[in-house]
Amino acid sequence: MSLSNTDRQLAALLRVGALLAAVIVLLILWFLFKESWALLRQVTWTRFFTDASWHPVAGLYRITPMLSATLYATLGAVLLAAPLGIASALFNQYYAPPLLAAVYRRLIGLLAGIPSVVYGFWGLTTLAPLIGRLHPPGVSLLTGILILTLMILPTVALTVDAALAAVPVASIRSAAALGLSRWGFISGVALPTARSGLASGTLLAAGRAIGETMAVLMVAGNVAGQPHSLFDPVRTLTANIALEMAYATGDHRAALFVSGLVLMGMVLVLVGVAEWFGKERSYV
Amino acid sequence: MSKNALATGLICLVAVLVTSVFFWLLTDLVIHGLPRLSGPFFVEASQNAGRSGGIGPIIVSTALILLVAIVTSAPLGLATAVLLSEFTRPGSLFGRLVRRSLDVLAGVPSIVFGLFGNAFFCIYLGLGFSILSGGLTLACMVLPLLIRTAEQGLQVAPNDYRLAAAALGMSRSAALTHLLLPAAMPALVAALLLAIGRAGAETAALVFTSGYVDRMPDSLLDSGRALSVHIYDLSMNVAGGDANASAAALVLIGLLLIINTIAMSLAKQWRIATP
Repeated sequence: MSLSNTDRQLAALLRVGALLAAVIVLLILWFLFKESWALLRQVTWTRFFTDASWHPVAGLYRITPMLSATLYATLGAVLLAAPLGIASALFNQYYAPPLLAAVYRRLIGLLAGIPSVVYGFWGLTTLAPLIGRLHPPGVSLLTGILILTLMILPTVALTVDAALAAVPVASIRSAAALGLSRWGFISGVALPTARSGLASGTLLAAGRAIGETMAVLMVAGNVAGQPHSLFDPVRTLTANIALEMAYATGDHRAALFVSGLVLMGMVLVLVGVAEWFGKERSYV
Repeated sequence: MSKNALATGLICLVAVLVTSVFFWLLTDLVIHGLPRLSGPFFVEASQNAGRSGGIGPIIVSTALILLVAIVTSAPLGLATAVLLSEFTRPGSLFGRLVRRSLDVLAGVPSIVFGLFGNAFFCIYLGLGFSILSGGLTLACMVLPLLIRTAEQGLQVAPNDYRLAAAALGMSRSAALTHLLLPAAMPALVAALLLAIGRAGAETAALVFTSGYVDRMPDSLLDSGRALSVHIYDLSMNVAGGDANASAAALVLIGLLLIINTIAMSLAKQWRIATP
């Protein structure tokens, strides 16, 4: 059907709006590059890994301590949150009676809705002192991992829940006809069928964990050194930016934008892989 | 068989564990925060770096930041959603590019939005640390969520409406304004509310864009402290601020709970998937 004149004008207007929305990502990348450039053009990128330490004011830009803190925290949180989240989804789908499942799903939704700063506050005032009793100082990689786990668990649970709900009824009936036990059905039929949902849920959760700032900043201790144990205070890439942006100038500021670029790169890779695993996804 | 029983036990244990952690967190906040909550707490200015007094100016700043975010992102988001859902053939290059770019935008960490907002709005556009900078930064951040939800809402609007309108010779713009948008209204409102909820929970993107100042803002170009930033500042930088931080956290959670509950019920009524 051909478009009328008004339609064409409206379409053009909408196109401008959509173009603006689409350009924001490029604008973000452009400004990250622009602000990083002052530093990137003086130092080779290897120095971010080979310098002695992170002392940007003295011209030392080693980001590996922060990078490893981010990776350890993300890895730990995903290792904990993936089984817990998957178990929560299984509970909803196959174990809880409908009413209880609805209540539990709502609770997971509420958990997802708590702002990160509140998780951080709770972690700092409740969890960190408890862990400090176990092994001082309390604010540590472990505390960060636990809080992150709590934050990304709903992402895993809700995504896997949706994936499990899409398991065909025919498979469920066939499993019942074959006399499979509940766990036999879950491990042999449901989880394999929903595996792309499991993968994309876990990856999305990992993306959230990498990008999370406030909660980790508040509970992980913020010492910019290489972590050697779970009880060491650590500083993630995101926390580093949040802590130092307030007073950073010149090359120091540029170095923070470089770590922003690094974060962006990590998240882009994850988004790409997650998309490859699962076509249908919502912005959890 | 014992494997089956073990699995049942473990899975139920996880459900109990998650539920108890949730109530542990909530009880902690209520025990410490509830005694501070009172009428004056909502209107008084904060005193002594927030240790005493209320959160009046902070609520005003938060509301203004959210207002800026929504007023700017809503038209842009609605335009994009309408274009993607009504004016783009499935699989067209432009549509695919826009969608891909929004997917990436949805994955950008909030602190990176903060960096961008600081470099672009505060410095490049010269808006400084202000409510305007913070709101515009949040507008960029919530755009993907807004567009996705609004688009889903439009797609659920019955196709018969489009066909009937075309058969009657209505222009697409008329069909849009008279049929599709009114029909999708609950979904569009849900999209807006979800976006407000997301923006209200944000901290990292605001610290370096709208700033820390906890006075009552005079204009949109003043720095204003959002509720979430207030909680952060009280618990990290102010010794003895924990009780007021708990109270502020309760207010924030309550606010988000109301917003999200309305959004969810609207969305459910409209049968669209919400995050």
